[in-house]
Amino acid sequence: MTIKVIVKGKVQGIALVAKNPMNFLGAVDKKTGKIRDEKHDLFGKSLAEKILVFPYGVGSSVGAYTIYSIKSNKCAPQAMICLKADLTTASGCALANIPLVVASKDEYDSIKDGAKIILDAENGKIL
Amino acid sequence: MDLTKDEDAALKGEQGETLALAYRVLVAVGEATNADRLLPVEWAHLSGINYNTIGDAGEEFLAKLSKDAKFKIKTTVNPMGFDFDTVAKYDLNDEFITKQKSIKNSYEKMGAIPSFSCIPYEIFDLPKNGTHVSFAESNAAIYANSISKLKTNKEGAFSALASALTGKSPFSDLRKDETRNPNLTIRMKADKKDELAFGLLGYYAGKVAGSSVAISGVSELDRRSCKSLCAGMGTSGACGMFTLGDAKGETIDFDKKEMQKTHDELNTADSGDIITLGSPQLGLDEISDLTGILKGRSFKKRCMVFCPRAIQEQTRKFGYAKEIERAGGEILYDCCICLTPLIDKKNVDGVITNSVKGAYYLRTSNGVDVNLKSLSQIVEEETK
Repeated sequence: MTIKVIVKGKVQGIALVAKNPMNFLGAVDKKTGKIRDEKHDLFGKSLAEKILVFPYGVGSSVGAYTIYSIKSNKCAPQAMICLKADLTTASGCALANIPLVVASKDEYDSIKDGAKIILDAENGKIL
Repeated sequence: MDLTKDEDAALKGEQGETLALAYRVLVAVGEATNADRLLPVEWAHLSGINYNTIGDAGEEFLAKLSKDAKFKIKTTVNPMGFDFDTVAKYDLNDEFITKQKSIKNSYEKMGAIPSFSCIPYEIFDLPKNGTHVSFAESNAAIYANSISKLKTNKEGAFSALASALTGKSPFSDLRKDETRNPNLTIRMKADKKDELAFGLLGYYAGKVAGSSVAISGVSELDRRSCKSLCAGMGTSGACGMFTLGDAKGETIDFDKKEMQKTHDELNTADSGDIITLGSPQLGLDEISDLTGILKGRSFKKRCMVFCPRAIQEQTRKFGYAKEIERAGGEILYDCCICLTPLIDKKNVDGVITNSVKGAYYLRTSNGVDVNLKSLSQIVEEETK
């Protein structure tokens, strides 16, 4: 299987693809879900309702609370797809109930920014 | 991942909602890191204490959790946003103080030791070599693995919290000996070998390394440089451990040019209006060093020095506190540079610090400019 399910769920939405890793605590505004680090390639964009596609999470472990906060503040992505699930992202998504999958390199590279996708994080499929 | 009968029952909610939540987090983390089982850990160190970092959602979550949750193992906690003893001196709004108090109470109610420190490895007695712990603070996880001979992954705030509630963690990544052997060596080629140089090296290493990295070209590291290296590494990457000396596999150089490039990324100003020292918090030997380096000089600007409460008595007893205060410094306990609300763009334009980690979060989270330079340069340029 090329998709590994970490947190289950099934959603449909627009892919927002980041080239840079995510430092949730440093780079994401927890009240708006917008990227506030001007050095991040998604600077100024909002994560709300998107399917966030990024290589992996970095930096402070408190980023898990940021993930929980954006979910509570209704500005979280519907789901996340990454290449490598770090502990901060995995634990944050598990607590916040945000579907999370790890995709293989080929599968990951095939997701285009702005594309409408269906993520089936029950059976491990991206359509 | 295989769970024991008890673990599986807890996951299904047979031992209450709190444990079901904790096991749900452990299972997700276990799946993410390809663990085949959980193993016992003896000590959890939690992040997510500062109201500035966890916000209302975090505060409410902890207040609810603490109604019936109790920590199963020794649990210590990261710094808060400010020092309750001196907060009246700062213009901080009441809401922040009330919410911070609620967070503090929730953790204490669940049984946390009120350490409010990001350097647990320096202020607590360490368990025996090879003991599994669960440290969420990134600099502390890297220090524990690399120097303190303990084993931990670079935990997320909730995975360490789940460990505190269950006494368990997935057996994966840096908990396994084969992952602890690095397959990348970074050769320190820059001549500068002060704490800032090592902080920059760490920040660079974190970006390029996997779970573990070897650092060569360094014969010894004093504690200050070592903490700086760990903090820099923890800020930029997912890497959770370093070893000294060459390793098998690829070698890349960290030279003067690369160091300058890293510095340029973090340094956004030529000076600042306030000096901050202590990310990670300064321990007793660094406080002692600082008084020695000052040699009777005084800071030209406000200088905030962040320390753990655990050393407060000794800083007084040995006269360090008096000397730093004479020089115009303010010592703050229980908090640190990172995301303290005491530094705000409303009243501060630029901050001078020797901390790479501090520099990253001051810029991205507090929104202030940063002048990043070594402690010796700070003393040279910013004292009289």
